[in-house]
Amino acid sequence: MKKTFHGGIHPADKKNLTDTSAIFIPPEPDRVIIPLRQHIGTACEPLVKAGDRVKIGQKIGGGSNMQLPVHASVSGTVTAIGPMPHPGGGEVPAVIIENDHKSEFSDQIVAYPDPKNLPQNDFFRILHDAGIAGMGGAAFPAAVKASSAQSRIDTLIINACECEPYIVSDDMLLRTEPLRVLSGTMLLAKYLSPARITLAVEDNKPAAIAALKAHLHEFPDIQLNILPTHYPQGSEKQLIQALTHREVPAGKLPADVGCCVFNPSTAAAVHDAVYDGIPLIRRIVTVSGEALEAPRCFLAPIGMRFSDLIEAAGGTKKNIGSIIAGGPMMGIAQETSAVPVIKSTNCILCLPKKEEPPQPRCIRCGKCIEVCPMHLQPLYLYRSEISADHASLEQLHLSDCIECGCCSYICPGRLPLVERFRAGKKAIKEAKRK
Amino acid sequence: MKKTSSPHIRTRNGTSRIMRDVLIALIPAVFAGTLIFGLRALVIVLLCTVSSVAAEFFWKFLSHQHMALSDCSAAVTGMLLAMTLPASVPYGIAVLGSAFAVIFVKEICGGLGQNIFNPALAARAFLLLCFPRALTQYPAAGSSYPLSKMSDIVSSATPLHEMQQRILPEASLWDMLIGNIGGCIGEVCSLALLAGGIYLLARKVLSPRIPLACLGTVALLTLVFSKSGYPLEWMLYQLLGGGLILGAFFMATDYASSPVTPRGRLIHGAGCGALTVLFRYTGIFPEGFTYAVLLMNAASPLIDQLTAPRRFGIRKGATE
Repeated sequence: MKKTFHGGIHPADKKNLTDTSAIFIPPEPDRVIIPLRQHIGTACEPLVKAGDRVKIGQKIGGGSNMQLPVHASVSGTVTAIGPMPHPGGGEVPAVIIENDHKSEFSDQIVAYPDPKNLPQNDFFRILHDAGIAGMGGAAFPAAVKASSAQSRIDTLIINACECEPYIVSDDMLLRTEPLRVLSGTMLLAKYLSPARITLAVEDNKPAAIAALKAHLHEFPDIQLNILPTHYPQGSEKQLIQALTHREVPAGKLPADVGCCVFNPSTAAAVHDAVYDGIPLIRRIVTVSGEALEAPRCFLAPIGMRFSDLIEAAGGTKKNIGSIIAGGPMMGIAQETSAVPVIKSTNCILCLPKKEEPPQPRCIRCGKCIEVCPMHLQPLYLYRSEISADHASLEQLHLSDCIECGCCSYICPGRLPLVERFRAGKKAIKEAKRK
Repeated sequence: MKKTSSPHIRTRNGTSRIMRDVLIALIPAVFAGTLIFGLRALVIVLLCTVSSVAAEFFWKFLSHQHMALSDCSAAVTGMLLAMTLPASVPYGIAVLGSAFAVIFVKEICGGLGQNIFNPALAARAFLLLCFPRALTQYPAAGSSYPLSKMSDIVSSATPLHEMQQRILPEASLWDMLIGNIGGCIGEVCSLALLAGGIYLLARKVLSPRIPLACLGTVALLTLVFSKSGYPLEWMLYQLLGGGLILGAFFMATDYASSPVTPRGRLIHGAGCGALTVLFRYTGIFPEGFTYAVLLMNAASPLIDQLTAPRRFGIRKGATE
């Protein structure tokens, strides 16, 4: 059977906008802002106080299982702990570190002495202590995902689709360091014991595919799946459907259909944590967009401000209209460029100003139904949302919407579909709370 | 920095581009109609287009609405209506039909995207009831009806008239393809209409579901229930005659008045085809597409409800 999923779109991928000759190292930032919540879950407790000296890799926030630790990404002095703007929206308590530019490493960084014979519980504990969260966007704690999936799954999927336009972070990681990804994948496989390990890449990444193929013979258990480029293939539910023809029902997890999905950056972070003892303190960030002078990829310390990275990429052009954390389809527009890079920041996008769209008007072309990967009927959802008809919204399965943006993208009548659906979900949640 | 909602990019293909594409797709048929029936055909097309746009202007002005002529949808309505009129139709009737289509069928329902019935066909049905003679007397191909003369219509029998007598028409199938037959301005030249239809499919303005289901159903039914000793020829004449190609690509596919679900569109197309054959076989008019589409329009909301997509993740064997 053909490896594909229902619906979807083919936007221009714009990946060649970015200089892919290397992953660049940005100038050391003078200050980093490390939010105490960078994952799905509750914020962790600060383990340092203002005035403390910290070193690279030192744990500066921690707590229970759903409170994923955070670590210092530079050495220096903690100047303050307090609420700071967060790329996910709103303000989140954060540790602010003034960089002393000495780049001293913490003695907490210790590689596991015998990684070949690592007991299962220790493996999950290492993932937690290293602060590893899904790096593809959703930022779900990797240890929680892995431990809840173990012995329940038959397919481990490494999701290197990177289907959003502009973003080349995973692509660049696979081109330059395929071994870290493959080795991290085998570690995950060892403790999840799936029957099948598959690495899925879209066919618009020939260089990454070549780099993987050069090493795959060392990893005979990993199967490479090259899929036709198609948005939103990198969405977990859609990728599982494309690879296994299984559909994750509403309210269920991938593990319920026997699958577990990790991003390649996450797999590489698992490798680093187990073999080198290095926690998640830096990540590859694509800094791109038509309103940027020199789009490129950076290996940026977590906590580096967007504004510093934008400056390192030549600064913005005069036509700058919006700065987005993430891709153009699902990314979040920022009010300020003072927000920091967090564990899930795969892209900083600078887009030019747009003309005001004309008055939105549905012409019933039905394209939104054709492209919806979740089998929804966006035009009818929109109508119900406008009239605040919550019963009808639930009947039309509004909660199934993954906010991939395909409907809004394709709509010739320029309806703000996803925007209304998000508002509708919020309104229903609030109404239920009362 | 302004906080906008994702997605931050959109396709450039907006409503006005779709409407422009439909106008472009009709150009071959207008050109063919002018060649076949003379300059008067072109005048009727322009008159309908202009009066439709004027009617929309007038309505929006009266109802204090935002002027939205830029989307060309009124022009599409007028042009489609002209396609279904004979070149000999009096100018006043053409203007009246255009105004009726825009104001009574489209705007009163709430405007673009809100109308229940196809505006062009509803207006044609209206004119057919009010002015049956003017609407059913067709100039012959090559007759070049004079621009100003209002009487002496040299009526010609269309191929479907002949087929009501259970005989194959005199015109050859090639004549049917190139439009060397009597009929309405925009329905006779099947080749030009097919070219326009293919253009719309290529531009993804249309999904092929409705036209294919419609033409396929007519083909099947006329082949099985042939009234002639030559069922294959009978079927081909039925497909190429009576504005079926025009209807299948340009009328049954009207966004606002047809279902939006993929399965609903198949049912809609098949329904239009089946009713057309029924009306042609049993009705007093030789062609039946107008009323077939209008009836299916009325059923569209129900069809949409019954063919809602299956919920993601809910099916037998979801876990293989």
